[in-house]
Amino acid sequence: MSGAAVSSSRLSYGSAICSAFEYLLSRHPEVFVIGQGLWSPWYVGNSMTDLDKVFGTERIIDTPVSELACTGAAVGASLFGYRPIVVHPRMDFMLYGVDAIVNQAAKWSHMVGGQAHPAVTIRSIINRGGEQGAQHSQALHAWFAHIPGLRVVMPATPRDARDLLIAAVLCDDPVVYIDDRWLYHLEEELPPISKPDLLREGPLVTRPGRDVTLVGSGYTAYQCLQAARDLESRGISAEVVDLRVINPLDSRPIADSVARTGRLCVVDGGWRNCGLAGEIIARVTESLEPAAFKARPARLTLPDAPAPTSRALESDYYVKTDDIVAAAVRLTAEMGVLVE
Amino acid sequence: MSEQFLPRLGELAEPTAYAAPLDIGGANPTTLVEQLKDMLLIRVVEEWIGDMVTAGKIVCPCHLGIGQEAIAVGVSSFLRKTDRIFGTHRSHAHYLALGGDVYGLLAEVLGKADGCSRGMGGSMHLYDGGNGFMGSVPIVAGTVPLAVGGALAAKMDRRGDVAVAYFGDGATEEGAFHESLNLASVFKLPILFVCENNLFSSHLHISLRQPESATARFAAAHRVAYEILDGNDVVAVARSAERLVAAARAGHGPGFIEAVTYRWRGHVGPREDVDVGVNRGGDLGLWKRRDPVRRLAEALQAAGHLRNDGVESIRRAVAKTVEQAWLRAEQAPFPPASALSGLVFA
Repeated sequence: MSGAAVSSSRLSYGSAICSAFEYLLSRHPEVFVIGQGLWSPWYVGNSMTDLDKVFGTERIIDTPVSELACTGAAVGASLFGYRPIVVHPRMDFMLYGVDAIVNQAAKWSHMVGGQAHPAVTIRSIINRGGEQGAQHSQALHAWFAHIPGLRVVMPATPRDARDLLIAAVLCDDPVVYIDDRWLYHLEEELPPISKPDLLREGPLVTRPGRDVTLVGSGYTAYQCLQAARDLESRGISAEVVDLRVINPLDSRPIADSVARTGRLCVVDGGWRNCGLAGEIIARVTESLEPAAFKARPARLTLPDAPAPTSRALESDYYVKTDDIVAAAVRLTAEMGVLVE
Repeated sequence: MSEQFLPRLGELAEPTAYAAPLDIGGANPTTLVEQLKDMLLIRVVEEWIGDMVTAGKIVCPCHLGIGQEAIAVGVSSFLRKTDRIFGTHRSHAHYLALGGDVYGLLAEVLGKADGCSRGMGGSMHLYDGGNGFMGSVPIVAGTVPLAVGGALAAKMDRRGDVAVAYFGDGATEEGAFHESLNLASVFKLPILFVCENNLFSSHLHISLRQPESATARFAAAHRVAYEILDGNDVVAVARSAERLVAAARAGHGPGFIEAVTYRWRGHVGPREDVDVGVNRGGDLGLWKRRDPVRRLAEALQAAGHLRNDGVESIRRAVAKTVEQAWLRAEQAPFPPASALSGLVFA
């Protein structure tokens, strides 16, 4: 496979996803896409525009309103040489398909003694805000990352939106790929595609810093970068780690970063209890000596409540970049004493 | 669907009906004797497994299908190695009817590395890809959508392969089943749905769970070609499978067999359910007279294709094979410790 044919170009996050689909569908006849809304422009933003017209409706399959059967069918087809991508335009609806993802795909290889591998990709979109409420807003990445056998990736940049999708589909394991509608406006100059290998991908330091380590995934990784810029103007040097792959989780780059900065603030778009932020803090705490910490680790998450609709409540519900800045300021000011 | 067109089980669900020797009509006697041997193999293996559970030598949950052997044997008659067959928690028969290795099954229920799933699955997760058995799981209806995916892949491959989804009457109460039938029908997929309607979920009779006992009514609702038949009649099952599999291979879409049967043992384990308070009244005794093995054997004997001691001599030969496989399986090694984490990902 040669990436040279795809020249570098400036793409938005949504168009970058679309370019990954085009790359996969044009080079890999074993790839097909199945899910609701694939022949309709409004389900998935600009991330799949005209794929049905270019690659045909036999490979871009719009479906009945049946999340479980469609997800299960993709898992089934993946056992016969295909690399299906199931698209769930909103994560909340994907929960009907959880048996196929958690009970079947995730465990298949293990249950059959490694004799078969479901090479299926489950693309799931976090789509929240705008008073959409409790069943149109969920970010359940931590749930899926809890399951052995599922690889879970969360692109925070246009480049990762493209390359992690390609890597997910070409990986022989089931992968949950989670993109975020709040990132679709980002634009980036993308290099040509070089064959990405998901097994070599993991958390990356996306901005170096000395005073505090900010950790995020997907949209919160973007927010951490925004916060780091703000902090710089206040004389605080924040290092940002973008998790990118949250299962299996390689926490070493985070621990290495905290060993340098002595301060950790984890930001997550999910809930607090049994969540991703807690897991990151636990792993870093386990791997460093207490003396390595200049302050107790902090986390910013959603409150443990469903998403509200009313704008008065919604504006307080999601973590804002200013909250990250404030937390980092507290961590660096206290020099060893945590104040939440 | 007006009342008069609603599919019904009628006499098929009556325990006293269908006890006579099978009508073997124009069926090939050699094939019938092979089918008898296959059914006896399944029965002897399952009786053995049941005994070993009782003896405490097998620990994993074993769901026995004794009494239901004709369905897997009949359906498998018209399948090929490249077809894709998916099973359930009660799949010893599905695996063996496709030619699955007895030793591989016994090693698997013992959790040994030589097992058909490398000792990682036990009785409820059987795999035999080489024979087309793509996996069985205990989540009710769990493999039905996967089989639909196997059929979708087969349709894309254009080689005439089909998928088979085995499931029980309980699975027809799951949403996954209805979504799958609809998807298979609207996409015209090459798949055979096989409902082994033994009238019971784990413990509840179908009359306590559904307003009608014929699950084929769901096939009718999804415009899937269906046949309702005596699941203890291997000739009837094979004829129906031949028609519906041929239609699926030819691109005419899915088929549905509702095979009415009865399991002789409890939902799980070797006992007959009395121990867990399931009241099957006198039905079990009556259903045992609808024994698929005996009815075929008597028909073959009456037609002069089987000696009067034919069943006993087949049983003896099979039992010897099973015992030898068991002794070997007992000696086989367990999976290495590395399998625990080493098989999570490819």
